[in-house]
Formats: sequence, structure tokens, C-alpha cells
Amino acid sequence: MGLKFTLKDIEEESRLVRLRVYTAAAVIILLVLVLVARLFYLQVVRHEHFTTLSQSNRVKVLPIAPIRGLIFSRDEVLVADNQPSFSLELIPEQIDNLDKTIGQLSRLINIDEESISRFKKLRSGKRRFESIPLKFKLSEDEVARFSVERHKFPGVEVIARPYRYYPEKSDLVHVLGYVSRIDEKDLQEIDESDYLGTSHIGKLGVEKAYEDVLHGRVGHQQVEVNVQGRIIRVLERTPPEPGHNIYLTLDLSLQSAASNIMQGKRGAIVAIDPNNGDILALVSSPAYDPNPFVNGIDSKSYKALLSARDTPLINRALNGKYPPGSTIKPFLGIAALTTGVREASDTTWCKGWYSLKGHSHRYRDWKKTGHGHVDLNYAIMQSCDVYFYTLAHDLGITRLNKALTNFGFGTKTGIDIGGESTALAPSIEWKRRVLNLPWYPGETLITGIGQGYVLATPLQLAVATAALANHGKRIYPRLVNKTSDPISGEFTTLSLATPNYVSDYKKEYWDYIIQAMEDVVHGARGTARRSGANAAYRFAGKTGTSQLFSIGQDEKYDKDNVPEHLRDHALFIAFAPVEAPKIALVVVVENGGGGSSIAAPIARQLLDHYLLDESGNLK
Amino acid sequence: MKHFEQQSLSQRLHLDVPLCFGLLVLCGLGLMILYSAGGEDIGILIRQATRMAVAFVIMFLVAQLSPAVIERWSLWIFLIGIAMLVAVLWVGHVGKGAQRWLDLGLFRFQPSELMKLAVPMVVAWYLSNKTLPPNLGNIFIIGMMIIVPVGLIAKQPDLGTSLLVATAGLAVLFISGIRWKFILVFTALCSLCAPILWYFMHDYQKRRVLTLFNPEQDPLGAGYHIIQSMIAVGSGGLYGKGWLNGTQSHLEFLPERSTDFIFAVYCEEFGLMGVLLLLSIYLFIIARGLYIATNAQQTYGKLLAAALTLTFFVYVFVNMGMVIGQLPVVGVPLPLISHGGTSMVTLMLAFGILMSIQTHRRILSN
Repeated sequence: MGLKFTLKDIEEESRLVRLRVYTAAAVIILLVLVLVARLFYLQVVRHEHFTTLSQSNRVKVLPIAPIRGLIFSRDEVLVADNQPSFSLELIPEQIDNLDKTIGQLSRLINIDEESISRFKKLRSGKRRFESIPLKFKLSEDEVARFSVERHKFPGVEVIARPYRYYPEKSDLVHVLGYVSRIDEKDLQEIDESDYLGTSHIGKLGVEKAYEDVLHGRVGHQQVEVNVQGRIIRVLERTPPEPGHNIYLTLDLSLQSAASNIMQGKRGAIVAIDPNNGDILALVSSPAYDPNPFVNGIDSKSYKALLSARDTPLINRALNGKYPPGSTIKPFLGIAALTTGVREASDTTWCKGWYSLKGHSHRYRDWKKTGHGHVDLNYAIMQSCDVYFYTLAHDLGITRLNKALTNFGFGTKTGIDIGGESTALAPSIEWKRRVLNLPWYPGETLITGIGQGYVLATPLQLAVATAALANHGKRIYPRLVNKTSDPISGEFTTLSLATPNYVSDYKKEYWDYIIQAMEDVVHGARGTARRSGANAAYRFAGKTGTSQLFSIGQDEKYDKDNVPEHLRDHALFIAFAPVEAPKIALVVVVENGGGGSSIAAPIARQLLDHYLLDESGNLK
Repeated sequence: MKHFEQQSLSQRLHLDVPLCFGLLVLCGLGLMILYSAGGEDIGILIRQATRMAVAFVIMFLVAQLSPAVIERWSLWIFLIGIAMLVAVLWVGHVGKGAQRWLDLGLFRFQPSELMKLAVPMVVAWYLSNKTLPPNLGNIFIIGMMIIVPVGLIAKQPDLGTSLLVATAGLAVLFISGIRWKFILVFTALCSLCAPILWYFMHDYQKRRVLTLFNPEQDPLGAGYHIIQSMIAVGSGGLYGKGWLNGTQSHLEFLPERSTDFIFAVYCEEFGLMGVLLLLSIYLFIIARGLYIATNAQQTYGKLLAAALTLTFFVYVFVNMGMVIGQLPVVGVPLPLISHGGTSMVTLMLAFGILMSIQTHRRILSN
């Protein structure tokens, strides 16, 4: 029964399927008629219209890339150049036997397999009369050798194209950044029509931040092409506008001196003109040569840079977050006086350690035997920790936080090249929000000596130091102060951002703190007195040694027993000359040891370099 | 024994002569257009011809399998395809902004391409022992078989391919005699779903649909393809500008001219007359495919042959419709003419199955 049912079904099903196939065939014919109708409309009815459009399509618009602006230092030394680089280019149409020609060329010029395969890849996308590069960056030797034999190679040319070159190599990489080939990520951020014909774009630093100044405006030429697409004549030409040149605030001589000093060390140096925020030197060490990045660094070298233990790719001046250590003390000193928590003459008894009431934990002074009776001046000069533990305790974390943020800690300085870290000025709210923990009184104490949660970038320290030198005027740091139009030669001076004011504090408070900092360097008991000796000018400074390694209650810090990367950071902040400051300076040497023994001498050397002429007299 | 001697050579090789003839003519024409569209580059021509040869060999090999074997494999091929689609979402390569490729070491592979065959195969396999027309329960199960791979492909995101895969599965359902009332309900549901689909579309997909209605709105952006393509087609006129003489394509105004927009090059150089010739060749192949379907003896063969032929037509229609500005720009190549290998292999696999269905007929009947 079931079998019979199925058999009957198959016949019925065949009929059904056939019917559906016929239906489908009818639909197909209908749809094809729709296509034909549309094609008839386009190709017959509107043929004239589209022929006209196709004729006018013979005029092409070609982009002309602008020349990128140059970058000069403050003293007008060229630090980012466009150097012609010679490339060997072939026009396939004019060459009878390409493989043979390439073979002959490789006897004159070293051409590797990679270049040949790239050439072949480029070729498939181009017209026969278009010039295709075979080799980039010919050496002068190679250019000379080819020139002699040139007559044997019709259709082969040496063409010069400008490429970015950074003559100062690694010394300026953390300031300038570099340009490199436009990639997918860049394409999302730029208007592609502005970059027609341009292959490179600023990736970092000044090159990136001032991209719109340096890039210029793309030009166009309207050309008539013949049926083969060859350019017959240029109908109209809008020349490109070259990018504007940029003048850095950087003093190249100071920058080089600072780079040299930091050679082989890890750390950062920032020097700033307190009057206008011009950055005179900005060094992050170690650094790297940006030139290989311009035309694409090979992956092996890049990996080596990425994985290097001392992280040369990181800009420590902007992104290194360091505990400021005792360099924080002058800023808290101002807070002590202005809040009325301390009179200048108030003294604290330092017995070598401090304990919170009801706690046995001893917060130790760096001087085990204690400093005895200490006033604010002495506390800064001798960097007494107990004085500042007590002060921090009396101020409380909220007022401490206010004092720090007044000087710009925990906020971006607003440097024109961007890319800086905020670091951290801790507060009760911050700790609850981020760590979800309450604030402990002990944490207030160590904040008072620049340890614990508080972190600052060298740039923040430099801006804060400049604010001290300025009696509270907090300037915006900048690396560029002038641009020039390469055609008219006209200069445009960038206007200064209106500075912030720390607060309207009494002049005598500022003078008192600055005097204390001067005593650090020139006082008989100053922690940096050795660095201040025999100076041709008076300068103010403060040492700092920030601990990375916590030692037990009764242990002693022994440099030789601590792994190198956990040794103390050496810091020094300074400005000079005291009467009319021209430079504020921050030196940070990672794992360098003591601020007075390592960082202060470096600062002295650089201040001398900047302020004195060759015969040792004040400029 | 006598029975075997009576078979012609083509029968023993399992090749269907009319279909072979149609495909060869089409490929020949395809190479000719590609030479022009590819900037007269002989290298492209040789590569494409090699792909065609490989695809023909694959077709020949598939044709040797009996439809019964193919039927038995259907479910497994489908399941493997699903597994690979899931794998693509995890480890696939991103090309042109979408994850479509699976790297198998030796070569890269697009599982969504396999699904263009696997989905109609599995649906035909499922229906082969059910009574036709399918009842609601079976339609529901088939719906699942279609929705899962289509969803996975749409997620890559590859909207064009996912719609084509859905079309292939639905084609089987249509041929199987699904009642018109279901078709009506389905159509109604689809039109209701359209706004929802729109909501989930990527921006570039929306833009493509919108430019269809008003290409002049953005002549340098999304509308550029369509405008340049229509100029190429329209300026071709009745007889065309002649082979290698298309200015639109040779002056590089036409984008994707050797792949998705190759039909525009053809229209420009050969005109309406040439287009009618090309359409005739396609219609000849389609007619032969439908003939094979109606003559097949097993339900599986009938359903699959008809569905594969219908899908082939849909490719042709969608590509041409896109080039002449009737359909949105979706990445569907013109079958056997556009430059590229993956779609060609899929198509020739399909024709291999058609030939298998046709040439194993008499042997099975005895």
C-alpha cells in the first residue's frame, strides 16, 4: 500500500517540478527582457548623452603633491630636511626585453630579488608608458655608474624624489617624531583628497602635531589624454602650495649637550624658558634613529626596538611617570605658608623618624640621627623628611592634593605636540573611584615626601618648577613658536597661550621658598652644595631621590644588594639665574641613585652650557 | 554489454555536449573581454586561462561521480561548511574589511563560496525522500538549514554572498512545488523585515543601496562606480566602440573593470548587439540546465539541477543589473567572465553536478 502510494507520488511530483521549472523559465525570460529594456534605454535612447559624457571624460585631473615644510631649531639649524633620493625607474613601453634589461642593470647596480618582485607587482597595475620604480635610494656611486652607461638603456631613468631626512638622528626623535607611509589608520583620520599624490604623513611628535602646517595644499593639473591615455597637453594647472616651515623653540646646542650627557643612561631632561614656555631641550634616553622609519623599517629591527628592555620607543619626558620624591617639597612649602598651617619660623623636632599617634610604624628620615629643630628653610635645604611628614599630616590629603594640582601635577601641561600622560596627584576621591579603597593617614605622610601614589612626568615637573621661578605664573610648554611661508618668506609668530596662575600668593612667600632652594645649592648645608660651588650665577634647585624598593623597618638600603632596575631614581629640579630666571630644568636619571650625587651635577653642567659663553662669563 | 557499446564517447566521459559547448564559448568570450579590460596584459590572460583549465578539470572530475554519491555526501559537505564558517569568524583573515578567508596553509579558501553549493545540496537531499510539495514542518526545517549559514555569512560581513546562498536554498524550495500561499506569506514577511534588515546593515551597505536611487548625489564617492559604469554602457551604443577601443575602461575611469564591472567594458566595446549575443549564450546554458532538471529521474537530481541553474541566472542578472544601475552594488562577479578564481571553481563544480545528473541517467535506468 505504502509502496503504491509512493509510486503514484513520484509521477505527481515530476509533474509538479516540471510546472515549476516552466514557471521559473517564464520569470527568467521576463527578467532578461527587463535587462534588455534597460540596456536599450542606456545604449540606444540615451546613447548621445552618454557619448558626450564619455568624450568629456578624456580630460583627467591629476594631483600634484606639495613639498613638505622644513623644520628648523631655534638657532635656525635644519633638523628635518627633504633630501632628494634617487630611484631607478623603468618605462616598460620603451624597453624591448624587460628581463634582459633588468639583468644588465643588475650588473651596474645591486638589485635584489625583493625589488624585482615589487617591480613586477607595481607593473601589473600601471599603463605601459608609465614610469615604474625598480630600486629606491641609489647610492651616489650607483647613480654615477649608471650615468656613464645610460645611453645603453633607453627607457630607464634615474629620478630624484624628496624624502624626509633627520640629520640629528636619535637626538631629536622624541621631539620631532617622524613621517612614514600613510596607512589604513591614517586614512580614517585624513581627508584623502588632501593627500592625493602624497605617500607620507607625520606619525609622531612635531611631525604629527603640526601636520596641517607642514603638509601644504595639494595642487592639480587638468590634462587632456588621448585614446591611449597618454597626456597630450596640460589644460590648466593649479600649483600645489608647499607646506610651511616650522621653527622649534629648541636650543639645538643645549639639546645635543643634554643628549650626550644622557648617553647610556635611562631618563629624561626637560629645559624650559619660564618666561614664555619655550622648551629649550627635551631629551628622553635611550632614543632611536627615526630615519629607517621613513621608508618603512624592517620588521626585525622594529621588533628589536619594541622588545628592548630599556624601551627606547617610549618618550620618558612626556610619558615617564616618576615618583617626584623630595623635589615635591618646595611646592608643599608654598602650601604650608599660604594655608597658614606653618609660619616660616615654626620649627619641627626631627629625631630621625615620625610615627602617627597610636601607631608603632616609624616613617623614617633619610638621616638616621635626625636633624634636630628644623624650620622650613632648613627642611628644604637639608631635605628633612620628618618636617614634611608632619606638614603633610597637618595639611591633610585634600589640601595636599589642591597644592599639587595648583602646580599642574596630575593634569596635562598642554604641550603643543600632545601625547603626554596625566600622571597622578592622588586624592581620597581618586582612590575610592579607581582602587575602591579608603584613604589611609600613612599615605598622606608619604605623599608629603613625593612617594606613594603621587607620580609626575618630567615635563610636569619642569612646568611646576618654571611656575616657582615665575612666582606662580604657570606657562604652557611649547616646542614650536614660529612658522614661515617658504614662498613669501613671511614669518608667523604663534601667539602665547594665556598662562594659568597658581594663586595670588604673597611675594614674600615665593621669595622665602626660592631662597630655601637657593640654599640647597649655595648654602653651607645644602644637599646640592657641591653642584653649586663656584657657579658664575646663582641658581635655585631641589634634589630628589625616589625609592622604588621598599626596605623593611629595620633594614638599611644597600645599593649593591638591590637589583639595578629597582634602584632609586635620581631627580633634580632647578632654575637660573635666581634674580631673573631664563631657564628651568628637570633632570631624571632612572635607577641612577641619589639626586644630589647624580642628577644635580648634570643640571649644573647644562645650566653652565646654556647661561655661560665660551670663556665662562654670563651671556 | 551491448548497452555500453551503444554509448557515445561523451556519455562514457560523462560530459554533456551542449552544456560543454556553451561553457567553452562563454569562456572564450570571457578571455577576450578580459584581455581588453585588463589593460592588454597577457599575464592576466594566462592566469585566467589556467584557472579556467583547472575549473574544467574539476567539473570533469565531479561529473564522473554518480548523483547518488553526491546525494549521500550532501549533508556532510553542508556540516563541514558550517564548521568552516564558524572557524572563519574566529580565525579568518580580514580582506577588504571583512573576514571571509580561511587560511589552510597551502591556499586560502572562502567557505561562504562552498555554501553556494552546499545549501541547495542539503535542501535537495532533505526533500528527496519527502512527499512533495513539502509540508509546513519540512519547510520550517529547511528554513533553519538556510538561515544558519546565511546568518554566519552575513556576520562576516558579506551581505551579497549571504543573499546568494539564501537564493540558492530558496530556489530548491520553489522547484519542489512549495505552495503559492507560502510564497506569498514569505514575500510579505520579507517586506516586513526589510526595515529591520536596514537597521542592521553596515553604513557602506546602506550607502550602496541609497546611491542606486540617486548616484549623482555623490559623484566622487559611492556614486562614482555607477555613474562611470553607466557612461561606459551608454556610450557603447548599438554596435559598440570595438574591441580594445573602450575609452572608459582603457583610460581607467571605470573602477573594478576586470572583476565586478567587466560587463560595462563589454557593453562599451560590443554595444547592444554584443550584449544580446552574450545574453543568448547565457540563456542557452540556462535552458540546457533546466532541460537536464526536467529530465532527471531522481527527485534529488531534479531539484538540485534546477536550483543550480536558477542560481546561475541570478548571478548573471544581479551582476548585469548592478552594472547598468538597476541593482545596488554587491560583489557578484559575472559568471565565467570576471577575473578571479574562487567563483569560477564554484560555478564549474555546479556544472559538474549538472553533467553528472544528466550523463548517469541511462545507466541508472537500466
